[in-house]
Parts: sequence; C-alpha cells; structure tokens
Amino acid sequence: MMNDLTKIAKRNILLENQILVATLGICSTLAVTNNLFNTVIMSVGVILTTGLSNFTVSLLKDFMSRKSRMTLETLIIASYVIILDLFLKAYLPDASKTLGPYVGLIITNCIIMGRAEAFAQSNGPLLSLWDGLTAGAGYMLVLVVIALVREFLGFGSLLGVRIMPEGFTPWTIMVMAPSAFFLLGAFLWMFNAFLMKAGEKK
Amino acid sequence: MNVDPILLLFASIFTSNVVLTNFLGMCSYISISKDLVSASGLGMAVTFVMTITTALNWFVYHHIIVPLNIEYLRFIIFIIVIASVVQILEMLIDRVSPALYMSLGIFLPLITVNCAILGVTLFMQIRNYNFIQSLVYGLGGGLGWWLAIVSLAAIRKKIDNNPVPPGLKGTALTMVTIGIMAMAFMGFAGMIRVQ
Repeated sequence: MMNDLTKIAKRNILLENQILVATLGICSTLAVTNNLFNTVIMSVGVILTTGLSNFTVSLLKDFMSRKSRMTLETLIIASYVIILDLFLKAYLPDASKTLGPYVGLIITNCIIMGRAEAFAQSNGPLLSLWDGLTAGAGYMLVLVVIALVREFLGFGSLLGVRIMPEGFTPWTIMVMAPSAFFLLGAFLWMFNAFLMKAGEKK
Repeated sequence: MNVDPILLLFASIFTSNVVLTNFLGMCSYISISKDLVSASGLGMAVTFVMTITTALNWFVYHHIIVPLNIEYLRFIIFIIVIASVVQILEMLIDRVSPALYMSLGIFLPLITVNCAILGVTLFMQIRNYNFIQSLVYGLGGGLGWWLAIVSLAAIRKKIDNNPVPPGLKGTALTMVTIGIMAMAFMGFAGMIRVQ
C-alpha cells in the first residue's frame, strides 16, 4: 500500500507531471502567475478540487452510466469549485476579488476531468483522493516556479515583500502575458532535455 | 461599464484576445493546432458556440439568476447552459446539414470543456456588460480565438520542418511561438484598450 502511494506520487509529480508531459490544464492558472500569492491560492484550490472530485467520482463510479458520466463529473467538479469560491469570498475577500473569474474557470481545468476519467474510474476512493492531490501538487510545482520568476523580475518583490534595491528596473514584459508562455516553454525545454539525458544514461 | 460595441469587438479580437492575453482555451489550442483544416473547423465551432452561449447566459444571469437570488449557483447554471447548447446544436446541425456536421460536428463535444467559452461568460458577467455588448464580446472573443488558432497552425506547419534542439521540439517550441504571437498582438494595445 505504502509502495503504491509513493509510486503514484512520484509519477504524478515528476515522471508524468500533467503540465510538462500532457500540457493539460494551464488555462485557468497561468493567467495569475504574475503574483506568487495568487498562484499559491489558485494551486491549492486546484489541488483540493482535483483530490475531492476524484474521491467523489470514485465513490459514485458504479452508479454512473456511460452516457451521462461526463456531465455528472462536470457537476461534481462545479460543486467543489462553488464551495471553494464561497470560502475565498468569506475568508480572503481581497484575493477573491483579484482572482475574479479565474476561480470559476477551475471547473474547465482539463487536469481535473483528466484524472477523474483516467484514474478515478478504475480505482478505489482513497487511492483516487491521493492521486488527485499529487497530480495537483505536480501542477503547483511548475506554476510556483513560473510565478517566482515573474514576480521577482516583474515587480522586484516576492509575496509582496520588496527584495531588490531601489534602483532595480522592473521587467515590464514579466508582468504581461507573453512572459508566461516563454517561461513555460523554457521550463518544458529543460524538462525534456533532462529526461533525454536520463534516458541516455540507462 | 460603457464601451462602444464596435470598439469592444475589435478589442476582444486583437488587444484582449482570449487565448493570448487571458490564457483561455489553451488545452485544445495546443492539441488541435497541428493541422490547419481542423484548427479552422474548431475555430469556427468555438466562434459559433461562444456567441450563442454568451448571449444566452446574459439572459439567464439577468432574468433568472439575479431575480431568484441564486448567484452562488451561477457556475453550475452557466456550465449546464453551455453543455445543453452544445448538445442541441450538435443534433440540429446533424439534421439540417450533414456536410456542415462533418466539418463542424466532430469538434462540438470538445467545446463543452473549452475554458474559453465559460471564461468569456464569466468576464461578461463580472464586467457587467449589457445585452448588445455581451453579444459583440462573445462574437469578438470567438473570432479572436479562431484567428489565433489558425495563425498558430500555419506557423507550426512551417516550423515543423526546421532543425531545432531535440528537447525544444514539440510543445516547448509551440509555447515560445505562442509567446511571440502574444507580443505581436500586444502591439495593437496602443490603439484600443478595453478591460
């Protein structure tokens, strides 16, 4: 059992990281990566939603017919996202305002549906919960790295705390959309090169 | 929010392009852009569905959700509206024109999970557009998405034959291409700006 858990975690975070291998689910979250704090909130939201909806789908999998399955899964995901949205509104109103529509867009994040279809349909509830949480964690890892670079170079700060000295000229491009594409491209390149090197050694 | 609808149309196609500035609909944007014909087909389907659902969701939001005070349920209601529009369209097109079904119909199921559709609806609601503005915003968002995916498919076709470092090949190179495209589209930002 323990072995299975580490295997799933290793697969979801490293070997088959959903962003790096399948380029899934970047829609909703890439947009907020110019601010580390917002990225962390969004990623934690995605982790919880993926885990819990995987858990629920796995529990209900015997009651879903083939035809209505996708619709039901979307509804399950949407319910968790509503809970998340209400929670953010109540406890982190400022963040909820800046994140705006992006919290709702977690519903159409392909990773969540992908894990529900690929894993939760054929595995038990607890294992599915773990699979969802780790898939979300792998996702968080990549986005946090991108957000670190973007906030550091774009504003000269991290988590809102100024780090660079006064004379530092912020890189305006890092605040805007194109930089996220460039950074993700560079990240993918490094990851692929690393995999290739590891493959050669074997 | 008071914006001239014509300005809004151009802004949503160029300066606030849904893919290139808001990162919406990325999954299918990357996976379907390998081939020019299917990219164009998907773009057409997205434009079609986005225009209809944005207008319909405006109606649902202002005449059902707000009066009944069930705003917390809006995500579920929006997604149900989108899914049912897609389902009905699929059946309608199949009946009316089999030729159109062949070119457009196969993409319709993909569209329910395209975040651009839900995204445009949510932006429409948060920015408080009126009916005409919502209609134009849905149309412009769709046209912008279409333009972006067709350009990307055309560029990828050219790039595919060029020698690049092995690690960069594939999605990584596509990401860099999209980044450069996003910068090119940002060049329009001086002319019109609608947030």
